[in-house]
Amino acid sequence: MKNKKYNNLRFILLLGVMITFSSSCERDFSDDVEFSTFPPNGDVFLDNFSAGLDYFPFVDAGADPEAFSVDTSEKFEGTASMRFDVPSFGNGFVGATFNTTANRDLSSFDALTFYAKASQAASIDAIGFGIDGDTNNKFQVTLNGLDISTRWQKYVIPIPDASRLIAETGLFWLAEGASFEGDEGGYILWFDEIKFEKLGTLAQPSPAIFSGEDLSQVVFTGSSLSINGLTQTVNLGSGLNQTASLAPSYFEFSSSNNAVAVVNELGEVSIVGEGTSLITAIVSGVLAKGSLEITSAGGLLESSIPTQPAANVKSIFSDAYPNETESNFSPGFGGSTTETTITGTGNGEVLTYANNNFTGILFDSTVDASSLSFLHVDVYVQEAGTEVGIQIRDVGANQEIETDPNTGNPIEDDRDYRFTLTNLTPGQWTSFEIPLSGDLANQKNNLGALILTDGPNFILDNIYFYTE
Amino acid sequence: MDQTLFWIISISIQNKLLKMKTMKIRTTQFKLLVIIPVIAIMLGCETDEEQTVARFTNLVLSEEFNSDGAPNASIWAYDIGRGPNGDGWGNQELQYYTNSSENVTVQNGVLLITAREESIEDSQYTSARLLTKDLFEQKYGRFEARIRLPSGQGIWPAFWMLGADIDENPWPAAGEIDIMEYRGQNPSELIGSVHGPGYNGGNAISKEYTLQNDRFDTGFHIFGIEWGPEYVNFYVDDVLYNQITPEDVTGPWVFDKPFYMLMNVAVGGSFVGSPNAETVFPQTMLVDYVRVYEYNELY
Repeated sequence: MKNKKYNNLRFILLLGVMITFSSSCERDFSDDVEFSTFPPNGDVFLDNFSAGLDYFPFVDAGADPEAFSVDTSEKFEGTASMRFDVPSFGNGFVGATFNTTANRDLSSFDALTFYAKASQAASIDAIGFGIDGDTNNKFQVTLNGLDISTRWQKYVIPIPDASRLIAETGLFWLAEGASFEGDEGGYILWFDEIKFEKLGTLAQPSPAIFSGEDLSQVVFTGSSLSINGLTQTVNLGSGLNQTASLAPSYFEFSSSNNAVAVVNELGEVSIVGEGTSLITAIVSGVLAKGSLEITSAGGLLESSIPTQPAANVKSIFSDAYPNETESNFSPGFGGSTTETTITGTGNGEVLTYANNNFTGILFDSTVDASSLSFLHVDVYVQEAGTEVGIQIRDVGANQEIETDPNTGNPIEDDRDYRFTLTNLTPGQWTSFEIPLSGDLANQKNNLGALILTDGPNFILDNIYFYTE
Repeated sequence: MDQTLFWIISISIQNKLLKMKTMKIRTTQFKLLVIIPVIAIMLGCETDEEQTVARFTNLVLSEEFNSDGAPNASIWAYDIGRGPNGDGWGNQELQYYTNSSENVTVQNGVLLITAREESIEDSQYTSARLLTKDLFEQKYGRFEARIRLPSGQGIWPAFWMLGADIDENPWPAAGEIDIMEYRGQNPSELIGSVHGPGYNGGNAISKEYTLQNDRFDTGFHIFGIEWGPEYVNFYVDDVLYNQITPEDVTGPWVFDKPFYMLMNVAVGGSFVGSPNAETVFPQTMLVDYVRVYEYNELY
């Protein structure tokens, strides 16, 4: 190994030349056997737009198209940089993709790299590559919250699986703006030497689905759900780990039982039969962290169709009535273990709760139920003995949920009425008409939330307030 | 080519041809280069091919790890525990060394030294440290191993040597040659050092080498020294990156006596810092071979 000598190099070269000459009189391969490929050009912006590159601001989404310019006074190297003037809060945002008119073959690279600096320390909301309207952003990669300092530094966005990137147009995109009063805005971002590179220093890729969590869910035949939380963490040459969000097409999803569930390349799971199946994924041969164990109990019976006239109803969740208000079905209360999904079935949507300890449905706008008398809810369980607690909360004139953290009871101007859904028959829908009584009898004009306790596994449908 | 030129210039300026053991240039070319340095640039590529990072070729120990199971007990012994003072081998290292097959084993032609996150005694981690003390000791020669390194914050693998008289002359008087040290959080950086009286611990004579466009945890690399009277040359793969001589050390030269080899994966300690939440366990160092060649004084 150490002592290898190359005295024969010239001879080998000569031999090579001879072979080339002697073979040159043979016919070339026909064009049929050669795959045509797009140019393997990794340059995006060095000192100006690379071949075929164009600027596409996200004008429809409210981006300021004037925010971008080519700056010849600030640059890391060469003669110019890309400059973005990030507007102050309320004046739009920087958002654009830089795409080529001619496809590029990026399969020989392992990362998008660039130098960047900002006029003040900043965090870019989203930056990456792979925006392509023709493919619905099939190979999009996004870094969220990339911190940029006030001096030029190199940044690296690894390509999850370069072998897929053989006909790309979306080379670079970003979105950054002041998303609230007091967020950074009214500053300048510069980028230079933006290009795809073969670094060779990226390692230990660790992809994840469901953000790396092992979930389980009870579902019904005919329903569908999406695999979310698609990321990959890569150890950069600096030794630091960096996590990016990936489009589903980088993953190969699989279902351990295709008679129960099938997954398409967009990570959409369709439940096709009764039984259990484990949903997993790999990226470039590496098993992703996270999984979903699906238990399908077969087809879900329809809940009974509501019969109240719409004029008498203020609805929270039902396919039979328009919503009185939009609601947050996954409020993420601290300490909550609940997994809530809105599941599509052949007969509209239902709310599926798994592993519930406590969660809630928070109304975006309060509901005035002064003239209404009941809350209707349909509930479906599979296990005998399951009980579900419902607390109907009026949040009072101040429109805020105020709860004693020790007892869970309403305080200040809040009032509630509590009811337990009990005597539930497994495998059937049971309907409840809950009176707006107790402390709500005299205060129900600012209904703001339903708190759900116990279970732990149940399905709800047709949640609405009404009067007879 | 830059490195070649560096060596050529060193040779021509210092005129220490006999002392420079690091490079072989055919005599005719050497004369040419001294007379007309410009040609060196033109011939740079060619002389680069001639650069020889190591030249001792008489193999005296060839440990290829071809038998599955525990490593050959006639060559390899183990340090067990947390050091004679129970203080993490003087470095506040966190691991407890065992000789369990969970921590050290040979599989498929490769020695695996694995650091695990598991509680034993007062330690949260286990790992292994192999040594050839009293089993294979040699003065001078070429010592090299082909290794794929682990990675992650707080992971500290090493391939190194200690003076065989360490029981009579405690460290640092015994001398230490670190052929390879590496911090798991710096995956492209290798450290080669010597320690002796007056130059040890944080004041060791060291040099770091950064691998270009590659890293040590994704493939095998060869780590070696070529050691003779009054010099230790450090190389990785085909790159000679340092030479340490008595002129470089700030104390007595303690490297003219037999040394033995050690290989280990430490966790935490003053040299690397502790693992963090992102450090993945287990972490394994893969050793394809350890080869030792004897010193050939003709060079």
